[in-house]
Amino acid sequence: MPDRANKVEITCTVNGETHSFKAYPMARLLDVLRQELRLTGTKEGCGEGECGACSVWIDGEIANSCLVPVLQVAGSEIKTIEGIATGEQLHAVQEAFISCGGAQCGICTPGMVMAAVNLLERTPRPSETEIRMGLAGNLCRCTGYMKIFEAVVRACQATGVKV
Amino acid sequence: MRSYVPAYELRAPESLEAALELLEREPDVWKPLAGGTDLMVLFEAGKLTHRKFLSIWKLSELKGIEVTPEHVTLGALTTYTQAQAHAVLQREFSLLCQAARETGGIATQNRGTLAGNIVNGSPAADSPPALLVYDPQIELVSARGSRWVPYHGFHTGYKTMVLRPEEIIRRIRLPRTKQGWGQYYRKVGTRKAQAISKVCFAGSAQMQHNTIRDIRIALGSVAPIVLRCVRNIAALRSQKVSAGAFAAAKETLAQEITPIDDMRSTAAYRLRVAQNLLEEFLLQLQNNGGDESHRGLAAAES
Amino acid sequence: MKKHLIGRPVPRKEGRAKVTGQARYVDDLVFPGILYGATVRSRVARGRIKGISFGEGIPWHEFTIVTAKDIPGENYVALIAHDQPYLADGVVNHSEEPVVLLAHPEKYLLEEARRAVQLEIEPLRPTFTIEDSLSKKEIIWGEDNVFKSYSVEKGNVDEVWARADFIVEGEYRTGAQEQLYIETNGMIAVAIPEKGVTVWGSMQCPYYVHKALMALFGLPADKVRVIQSETGGGFGGKEEYPSMIAGHAALLAWKSGKPVKIIYDRAEDMAATTKRHPSRTRHRTAVSKDGKLLGMEIDFVIDGGAYTTLSPVVLSRGTIHAPGPYSCPNVRIRSRAVATNAPPHGAFRGFGAPQSIFALERHLNRVARAIGLTPEEFRQRNFIQPGQTTATGQVIRENVNMNHLLERALALSDYHAKTARFARENSGQRRKKGMGFASFMHGAGFTGSGEQYLASVVELEATPQGRVRVLAASTEIGQGTNTIFSQIAADALGLDYDSIEILKPDTASVPNSGPTVASRTCMVVGKLVEAAALGLKQTLVGSGFLQEGYTPAGFERACKRYIESHGPLKSSSQYQPPPGIHWDDATYYGDAYGTYAWAVYVAEVTVDTVTFETEVNDFVAVQEVGKVIHPVLAAGQIEGGVAQAIGYALYENVVWNEGRMLNSQMTNYIMPTAVDVPPIRVFFEELPYSYGPAGAKGLGELPMDGAAPAIVNAIENATGVSIHHIPVMPESLMEALAVTEKAVERA
Repeated sequence: MPDRANKVEITCTVNGETHSFKAYPMARLLDVLRQELRLTGTKEGCGEGECGACSVWIDGEIANSCLVPVLQVAGSEIKTIEGIATGEQLHAVQEAFISCGGAQCGICTPGMVMAAVNLLERTPRPSETEIRMGLAGNLCRCTGYMKIFEAVVRACQATGVKV
Repeated sequence: MRSYVPAYELRAPESLEAALELLEREPDVWKPLAGGTDLMVLFEAGKLTHRKFLSIWKLSELKGIEVTPEHVTLGALTTYTQAQAHAVLQREFSLLCQAARETGGIATQNRGTLAGNIVNGSPAADSPPALLVYDPQIELVSARGSRWVPYHGFHTGYKTMVLRPEEIIRRIRLPRTKQGWGQYYRKVGTRKAQAISKVCFAGSAQMQHNTIRDIRIALGSVAPIVLRCVRNIAALRSQKVSAGAFAAAKETLAQEITPIDDMRSTAAYRLRVAQNLLEEFLLQLQNNGGDESHRGLAAAES
Repeated sequence: MKKHLIGRPVPRKEGRAKVTGQARYVDDLVFPGILYGATVRSRVARGRIKGISFGEGIPWHEFTIVTAKDIPGENYVALIAHDQPYLADGVVNHSEEPVVLLAHPEKYLLEEARRAVQLEIEPLRPTFTIEDSLSKKEIIWGEDNVFKSYSVEKGNVDEVWARADFIVEGEYRTGAQEQLYIETNGMIAVAIPEKGVTVWGSMQCPYYVHKALMALFGLPADKVRVIQSETGGGFGGKEEYPSMIAGHAALLAWKSGKPVKIIYDRAEDMAATTKRHPSRTRHRTAVSKDGKLLGMEIDFVIDGGAYTTLSPVVLSRGTIHAPGPYSCPNVRIRSRAVATNAPPHGAFRGFGAPQSIFALERHLNRVARAIGLTPEEFRQRNFIQPGQTTATGQVIRENVNMNHLLERALALSDYHAKTARFARENSGQRRKKGMGFASFMHGAGFTGSGEQYLASVVELEATPQGRVRVLAASTEIGQGTNTIFSQIAADALGLDYDSIEILKPDTASVPNSGPTVASRTCMVVGKLVEAAALGLKQTLVGSGFLQEGYTPAGFERACKRYIESHGPLKSSSQYQPPPGIHWDDATYYGDAYGTYAWAVYVAEVTVDTVTFETEVNDFVAVQEVGKVIHPVLAAGQIEGGVAQAIGYALYENVVWNEGRMLNSQMTNYIMPTAVDVPPIRVFFEELPYSYGPAGAKGLGELPMDGAAPAIVNAIENATGVSIHHIPVMPESLMEALAVTEKAVERA
């Protein structure tokens, strides 16, 4: 039987709620979110940090949760797709994804929405190049990206300047 | 996830001092883990042979960017995002900012660190060629003290370096000596974004009219280490930029680099493209003589 | 009467769940006491299994272990032929062949255990190329390595060569392509030997899985239940492969008595599951000096990998599409699907047509050049017209006007002005620009008598609250099934969009409306939805509970009253072939498809001669697709398909080593990012097809067919280099440019 390290106690905030749990320190944040906290909106697409389906925000910065050891988020504030809408009220980006057809199979959508919202918070009126580069870390196989770009533009328009 | 996660230990020391003490006490047992953008990929693939890691990600002693009249000094944990956002780096060390912008996507840039990139030792890394052009010094600290080493020479072979097992990189110091130099960086990858480089070229030159007073050239993905092209540097110093100089420089480059065939590309392609990038750099010097970085992504904007 | 939903961009039916992360894909499903399953695979491409050993340091008694001898029923994956085993029994024929299955409650330990199983395999000589397979140096399948062959003859091609003014030959090759859905394959199974087997998972065709599990376990139809969970992309990659992984999960569940979940990680999914068939096409074409096609001889071969899977059908479609949308009096097509010791290849959007159309549209540019015509002039002289016949003798009855589509596409892309300008400006430039186009068609629905054989059924059921449920096995995999079925049913019944519910495809509850493939879901199954809806209305009106001109409220009242008096209110509709469609499987002659979508695609590229990279700067896609049911979904299909085809042309290179995919990581298998795709500009023309719902045809696969040849044609226009294979990697473009430069120097 291979040797096992001990699990450690981790406390962090996820979507505004404090969570304390035990986990192996090198366990991927992605797995802890999905299995321990049952937040299955964040997806695994590649496990290599290439596809962005696992995108979450850690202390306001977008990161690939498949590459983050959970020990490193002790004390951090994490936001996942489940924290983007406010109750029943969808975020402007989510509304735009629906109205523009930015989601097809939907598996990349949580990560893509996280990236898009993050982009608009950093750059409220992004140029086309800024949109493309802002989403470069999120792969979509269904849409060819066109309607995702439209959705980001629509979200900017919907809310005036700042999203 | 192909690794047996329970067998891996990760500890987060409270301070740099505590981290160094542990490294000193248990030599070769602990490896520093910063943002994880390299190590966690190996972990996922079942290829992370080391088992015990020290998380240095939150150590404030390793963060921050300090500007003095002579130097810009980057904390080891400076991320690609932080580098790109810094005004002095943008003005005087633009190749580094460009390399940072072309590394992975934004999520990678938020977690990837310059020191992590250096210590990972990949010859295909994007920032090291840009760094080499700026003649940085690297501060290595251990429980017993610190020392500064020139970055040129830091890498001694494929994935080997002068860093001792009990040492951590603390700072990267860039001398502010290249203002006004012509600058050029181009990464050729498998696609325009989120790509591992097939060839990466960084060059900088101080021009006087049409003559190269001084020059730096560094390449990635064409040798077991990120390579400073000392032969070409020597050959091009004090040269007039001319068509003849281009041909000679390309030939010298062919002698100096040792590209290989691998899953991503071929030796022939890497050689030819490296030569073309060198020529493009020299042409730019000839046309401008001044400060203008090539932006590979400019094509997307045009 | 209600405002029509068809033709309007109504919100995606399950859109809200997808943008909030609430949609539940198979790996999101939680079952108490679940075990995780993993597959131990051969690492040798061909050989005899000598032994299986279980290494030290693993508590094997905690594991469920399954091999071929544990299979209760038949050890083959039921599809077309019965040659692919669920688990290798004595021999392996490819380097990802499943041999042992393991299950354990802890995922981490499962991986350790997988590494600890050693397979001792005595290697046999493998075959990896089409040429080696055809040579029969080694027989690795059947008697002659040929899974299937077809022969199409029109006129008398043998007598054209003597009288041709020009004869042009060429050989074209396409590589394997990975579907790369962002959600990997996964299944959950519950199996109790006396009770039966139930699986949930990512799939396109619940009834294919159902049929396969019946054979695997020797169970009757009502003891096998297959439920599709929200599926994160398929593109054909989840057409037949799910039967394999479902069987594996179910075998482990059967033996352990616990629910079992198998989710492939990306590396396993890329290496072990099906990919697009590599191909080799040889063309020999006779033309007159005024640019008319006199005869075409086409030899089309696809590499099927180690087992039959869907190769006969991929071959069929590739064969029929090989001569393209042109009129040619004499045609011979000889095609074969051959075996190699690669993991079996399978369905991927386009399904043989992208391969043969690439060859054709490259070749015809070559033919044009030989005669001294422009590519567009040559096409215009040869496009098939209404009333003319295809290579299989199908008379084109629809009002197709390829010349118009071509003119429109060239105008929208500014093709002529740009071609002229680039020709002037390219000389001396490091970045050379070029324009290229491809003209093509894609047959919708199953080939020939396939739809009759499927005999698809759709049911509709109304509730006392006046809600209408659509019961079909057609799956939502992102393309918009739920949405268009709702539009079609709502319009047929005069109801609101939200009154329509699409039942999750569950073989216990829905009839078999056939697989979600072949661009048939809208055109064929959507038509059945329409018919069943009209049937439901007819029942209500006929019963006297409903008067024509009713409101939704009236409909609701009528349903309630009907159900109170008569019981369940259901209607069903079964596929009937359109009149006048005749197909002969034996002679491969007749009406291959009920209808075709027609298209011309134009690419503008820049080739950087410093790095030999090609970028696509603009892309125009013009197609005639019958009635567009949902403009945003339809455009989304074209945009997504074009992006995949750009990958097929320029980026997606499978690196093989001894029959194994070396670059089975997203880091090393390259698909386009948001920065790589050009503006993809989509334009539809609509000639209603009488036998499609509201006049719709199928369009899901069409976009895969034309982008690659358009791009490679554009590369030739930009650089003068004629490339005959895809993907065009910068490395091979560099070599080709060097050869051309040498030729120019010598000249």
